[in-house]
Amino acid sequence: MPADQIVRYIVFLILTVMTLGGALGVVVSRNLFHSALFLVLSFAGVVGYYVLLDAGFLAAVQLLIYIGAIAILILFAVMLTRGLMDKRQSQHNQQWLIAALVALLIFVVLAVVLWQVEWPVASEQALASPNVSVSQLGQELLGPYVIPFEVASVLLLVALIGAVILARETES
Amino acid sequence: MIPLYWWLIVAAALFCIGLYAVLSRKNAIAVLMGIELMLNAVNLNLVAFWRYITPQALTGQVFAIFVITVAAAEAAVGLAIFISVYRMHGSINVEKLDTMRW
Amino acid sequence: MDFFFNLAPLAILVPLLMFAAIILFTHPNNRLSSSLAIGGIAFSTIISWGIVLATILSGEHIWEETWQISIPWLPAGTSVLWIGLEVDSLTAAMLFMVPFVCMLIFIYSQGYMNLGKPNQDPRYSRFFAYISLFAAGMIGLVLSGSLLLLFIFWELMGLCSYLLIGFWSFRDRDTEDHIDEAQVKRARAAALKAFLTTRIGDVLLFSGMVLLWAYTGTLNFSEIFQPEVLEHLAEITIWGLPAATVIALLVFGGAVGKSAQFPLHVWLPDAMEGPTPVSALIHAATMVAAGVYLVARTYPLFVAGSVAGDGSVLAVVAVIGAITAFFGATIGLAQNDIKRVLAYSTISQLGYMMMALGIGAYVAAVFHLLTHAFFKALLFLGSGSVIHGVEHGHHEIAHHSDHHGDDDFNPNDMKTMGGLRHRMPRTFWTYIIGTLALVGWLPFAGFWSKDEILGEAFHLWREGGTFSLPLWVWLAGTLGALITALYMGRQIGLVFWGEPRHGAAEHAHESPHSMTTPLIVLAIFAVIGGLANLPSNVPLVGGELHHFIGEVHEVSEVVHSEALALNAIVAGLSTVLAVGGLIFGWAIYRNYRVGEVEPFQRWLGPVFTLLKNKYYVDELYRAVFIRPTVWLADISFRFDTGVIDYLVNLVGRVTRVVADFGGVFDAKVIDSTLVDGTGKVTNSFGGWLRQTQTGRVQNYVLVIAVTVLLLLGLYLYL
Repeated sequence: MPADQIVRYIVFLILTVMTLGGALGVVVSRNLFHSALFLVLSFAGVVGYYVLLDAGFLAAVQLLIYIGAIAILILFAVMLTRGLMDKRQSQHNQQWLIAALVALLIFVVLAVVLWQVEWPVASEQALASPNVSVSQLGQELLGPYVIPFEVASVLLLVALIGAVILARETES
Repeated sequence: MIPLYWWLIVAAALFCIGLYAVLSRKNAIAVLMGIELMLNAVNLNLVAFWRYITPQALTGQVFAIFVITVAAAEAAVGLAIFISVYRMHGSINVEKLDTMRW
Repeated sequence: MDFFFNLAPLAILVPLLMFAAIILFTHPNNRLSSSLAIGGIAFSTIISWGIVLATILSGEHIWEETWQISIPWLPAGTSVLWIGLEVDSLTAAMLFMVPFVCMLIFIYSQGYMNLGKPNQDPRYSRFFAYISLFAAGMIGLVLSGSLLLLFIFWELMGLCSYLLIGFWSFRDRDTEDHIDEAQVKRARAAALKAFLTTRIGDVLLFSGMVLLWAYTGTLNFSEIFQPEVLEHLAEITIWGLPAATVIALLVFGGAVGKSAQFPLHVWLPDAMEGPTPVSALIHAATMVAAGVYLVARTYPLFVAGSVAGDGSVLAVVAVIGAITAFFGATIGLAQNDIKRVLAYSTISQLGYMMMALGIGAYVAAVFHLLTHAFFKALLFLGSGSVIHGVEHGHHEIAHHSDHHGDDDFNPNDMKTMGGLRHRMPRTFWTYIIGTLALVGWLPFAGFWSKDEILGEAFHLWREGGTFSLPLWVWLAGTLGALITALYMGRQIGLVFWGEPRHGAAEHAHESPHSMTTPLIVLAIFAVIGGLANLPSNVPLVGGELHHFIGEVHEVSEVVHSEALALNAIVAGLSTVLAVGGLIFGWAIYRNYRVGEVEPFQRWLGPVFTLLKNKYYVDELYRAVFIRPTVWLADISFRFDTGVIDYLVNLVGRVTRVVADFGGVFDAKVIDSTLVDGTGKVTNSFGGWLRQTQTGRVQNYVLVIAVTVLLLLGLYLYL
């Protein structure tokens, strides 16, 4: 196995630990603030995955939007709402055990299936030279996908206005 | 190269952890975090499939971008709702938000 | 010319309308009701006479093409039952007589039912409603263009006859003390008897119609009388007889019932229980003549049936007619009730008509029908006038002596009368004219018509064999004429001559003008009626009716439509018998005294008793038909109460037990267990199930997750 492949495996494992560990931290942490920070860690792991998958633009988008916008937004929300910040209180509801069991079972089933299926993986040479052109991605978005693109922009506008109206202090 | 199913299994694990968060956390913001994790798992899948099955087409990446867009919108609206709910109830404990029961 | 023809439906509808108007609206006002009835029948008379005139003026043309209208009444499968009207000269001849006689009788009834007097009939208006309905029925019957419509009107008249015979079976609370309990009973029995007896004939007629419909698919006269249809009927056989024969016999059965021919004559004398105008109108002049008219109308059928069946049908008609003519007359000899004598006379005269039809002389039959209608209506109305006068006399003596008199006084009994010719002169003279017409004195109407029948019979006898049928017909007719003269002589002798034999007769008064005027009008027709059809050797006016209706039906070897010359032998013989018989009867009875054994009884002995009891026909029927029927009814009743009722009760009891069990089962099992149980289960299940609606989103999501897991498992491992 070539050296760069070995490095990839190692990086993959590190990123996996980061991502899944961060995710578990989100789930189990009693302190919501810590949860948010673990979430950032997990998002960072995903950024690494994207890099490893040769999706550089997506990695950048992930970094900017998830870590830069969403995670920060969540942190703000955590700080604005302090009702459940008490560490002595359980952060889980009564059904957490069943939930864990169900989630685990789903994972097991999925893992077994994913492991057993013969994936129609592309040819060696196609794998060796993926299309990573960002300009072409831009042309795709404004070409065949222009309507979803425009709809997404309207969605963002609506979300923007909606969020403002919802969060605004009502005068009563 | 790393086999495709590794990515898929990692994504599945991420998804299930997110699911667990959605199912079990009391705090609405934690639930939202779980949802974000699940969306990330989906995106990871999309990108992995792009990379391994159709590396020449950019469809997987385009889809991932749309998912991120929707996730951003969802996070913004969701958090606005939580703040609004917090103002009304003084809490964002989802267990207490059960006015729609019998 | 068609103007009057097109008005023909009105001749039926107007009296019908008057019936409805009286019954529904005007009955509280008696004078208005009877005026309406008389107005309606007068209108019909005008239209009818217009039709008669139009028919006479259209001459030969009317035979070629009769006036008719028809409407589809009842679509029956592939064919349609038509009803419609038809006018030919036979119809016209009847139309001349029917509404006119009806009108006269309506006018007479006004007086007879004591309009405006204290003893006015309590159901005065109803009486006029009924006779209006009857008039509509009779005019409709004459105008009918199909056997079906004819039958409808036929039954309508049967109903009216029933209602009117039983008219005095009604007991009004206000006038109860005036009403004779026995009379109520008799009226009921008579009405029932008339209805049931004629029903036998009607069933036969209806069967004939059904057969006719089955074989030809039509009941319209004009279609049945097509030669090819008749031939077709003659070719088919039913029970070995040609269909035409069977149908003609069945139709004749109807005529026998309606026209009171032997052996169904028994109802007519009893029908005299009705008011006298009814006897005149229905049971002498018109309705009973309907049977004769029916045979005359459907004559081609009889001819076809006769030709196909070796002359059998017409022979049957002739024999029945001859028997009835002779035998009715003989019974008339021994009756004491003034109306019953006339009733038997009617039966006998109808017998003459039937026997004329039977020997093929249908013109003579129709001629006799017409003249008889006038003079028999006259006689009945005259007898009504006599009864009316005697009743008044009876009231008078009852009033004077301050007691109700002898309660079993019978105003119809001739033996209590006597000497009325001075007290009721108008009634007397018109009655004498009617008598002379009936007996057949020259030149009264009855002479010409009766003589024509006898002449035809005689003529046919001479042509046929020595002992052929016409001989017996002629003999029966001639003997009948003698007996007719005898009983009429007896009647006028008893009623009008001698001394009054009862206080009532002594105090009798002439009837009012409303009653005597119709008598006078009818008397005129009884005198001149013969002019319609004098023998053919009378210049200018001979054989008019033959010209008029002779060719309504196709002439063949069995149908004679040529007028005959006056036969000196026949006419002479019957005149001698009529004159002699009448004078003899009058002579021996004019001085009859109360309590004497009457001369006929003295001479005839047991035969007289036989005649007085009407040959015991009623008793025979009682023994043969009525007694077994009653016995059967009794058995049925016992069976019904003993067996059927028991079974019914048993079924009821079992049902009750089952129902009780069912009730318990229902309350315990169905109600409290199943129905309530379902409710309870549903309720508790719902209560349990609603726990799942926690309102917590995470519970719902968990359910979704579990479901996804299950579905995944199912999809993968099944």
